[in-house]
Amino acid sequence: MADAQIAQMSFETAMAELEQVVTQLERGDVALDDSITLYERGAALKAHCEAKLKSAEEKVAAITLNGDGQPAGVAPLDAG
Amino acid sequence: MSDLIDDPRLGENAPEFTVSEISGAVKRTLEAEFGRIRVKGEVGRVVQARSGHMYFDVKDERNALACTTWKGQVSKLSVLPQEGMEVVVSGKMTSFGGQSKYNLNVDDVAVAGVGALMAMLEKRKTALAAEGLFDPARKQALPFLPDVIGVVTSPTGAVIRDILHRLRDRFPRKVLVWPVAVQGANCAAEVARAITGFNAMTPGGALPRPDLLIVARGGGSIEDLWGFNEEIVARAAAASEIPLISAVGHETDTTLIDFVSDMRAPTPSAAAELAVPVRLDLLAETRAKGARAAQGLANIMARRKQRLADVSRALPRPDSLTQTAQQRLDHWEGRLPLALRSLVQKQQLRLTTSAGQIKPSALGRIVVQEARQLQALGQRLPAGLDRAALSARQMLRVCASRLRPAPLAERVARLRKDLDDLETRLEQTFERQLQRRREQLVACDRLRETLGYRETLRRGYAVVRSGQALITNVAKAEAAKSLEIEFADGRFTVGQSAAARPVGRAKPTPPEQGQLF
Repeated sequence: MADAQIAQMSFETAMAELEQVVTQLERGDVALDDSITLYERGAALKAHCEAKLKSAEEKVAAITLNGDGQPAGVAPLDAG
Repeated sequence: MSDLIDDPRLGENAPEFTVSEISGAVKRTLEAEFGRIRVKGEVGRVVQARSGHMYFDVKDERNALACTTWKGQVSKLSVLPQEGMEVVVSGKMTSFGGQSKYNLNVDDVAVAGVGALMAMLEKRKTALAAEGLFDPARKQALPFLPDVIGVVTSPTGAVIRDILHRLRDRFPRKVLVWPVAVQGANCAAEVARAITGFNAMTPGGALPRPDLLIVARGGGSIEDLWGFNEEIVARAAAASEIPLISAVGHETDTTLIDFVSDMRAPTPSAAAELAVPVRLDLLAETRAKGARAAQGLANIMARRKQRLADVSRALPRPDSLTQTAQQRLDHWEGRLPLALRSLVQKQQLRLTTSAGQIKPSALGRIVVQEARQLQALGQRLPAGLDRAALSARQMLRVCASRLRPAPLAERVARLRKDLDDLETRLEQTFERQLQRRREQLVACDRLRETLGYRETLRRGYAVVRSGQALITNVAKAEAAKSLEIEFADGRFTVGQSAAARPVGRAKPTPPEQGQLF
């Protein structure tokens, strides 16, 4: 449930929440149960962020245009 | 030029032309002779017809050239002619036979001269700024980490290469390149269409819709960059819902698109830097945060553990908590049966006492007591009576002893003596009184005898009566039936003698009666 929500998150949102989690944990004034839940969420967020960062793949394509100048498809672009 | 026009007029015996023939000949001559030409001048009146065709004049100080741009050609113009604009128009000379006019069919308009270009640019800027297109509030925030980056630029050349290299270094992303002409007449229209085209893509469609656009071009002259000063480009960039970075020319070059873009990058490489963060930095940061989270949790745990240990130490042994209570419990527990027994005994005692008191014997004792009391009282009763009687008798005796005849006799004797005295005094008094009365009577009778009519009678007077009534005058005497005359020695009746006797018989009576008085 919470993990599904995290999976939908942008890197930025996940990172911001991770920051929040870390701050809360470092402040140390959360209840023990909550701190564990927080930590688990933080770990999930971190994993999500890492996945986002690792999934960084380059894929470059140029749009091919038809006679009207409208996009017709893509072609690999070798920009050298 | 004038030679060509003058030519047909040279021949005197030239064949006649129809109007259409000459019109066609002029048209053919014009088109063949001039072909495609460029004319420089100032734009005069501009008319955009409803049909979409555009009519305008290009003029200098003395002459004007009618220009026509057909509907299909208007959209391809890089610069739309505006009145007062110094331009170089390109096209073919032709004529319009219907009105005997010649004109230039313009398929390209270029602004003539840098000064004129800048003046036009300022005018545009002012107009667009007045519309609010440069308003900072319109600027959209760039996504922190775009998934797909759309690049509008030439597919060849250093610009796209720089961008891709820089992206690869920082954070490899999916890149869609929309190839456009970055200079020349088609530049503005193609760039505008590319921006609009990227925006028209649906997210998650066949072509992934970019979440960031970069419009880029390398450095060049102002004329080279002019396409990015065109209004259609500026309007397309302003209308873009996808955040847009403009990177046109070098840092010192500023084009109109830079004012409406959400972010201006000085160079294409800088645009790539603005587009994505550095992946390794992020990775390090993420890991650092993960480590901080773990450390934070560990600290929390350690602190809690420490606290638990501290508190545990402070926690007294459980049995010590209960010892006092246990002791009290023991104490009271020991006393409980005794207390119960004692209570029972006490109550039993009370019960026994009470029960003993209500035995028949107790009642009997009461009865006996009462009887004894009664008896005692009974016994005392005759004695009391006797005593009372005795006392009464004594009193009686005392009284009786005091009741002696002597005083009574004395009193009788005294009374008798008193009586005798009184009797003596009475007799004496009576005798005296009687004597005195007798004397008084004699005196009175003497007086009476002296004073009475009978003495008078003795002296010779008589009393005449008729019956009992005294007759004192003749009248009465005449009226009377009989008269009685009294004398000192008796009465004498005149007339009826019979009547004299009773009167005579009454003779002794008055002395008797008088005696009584």
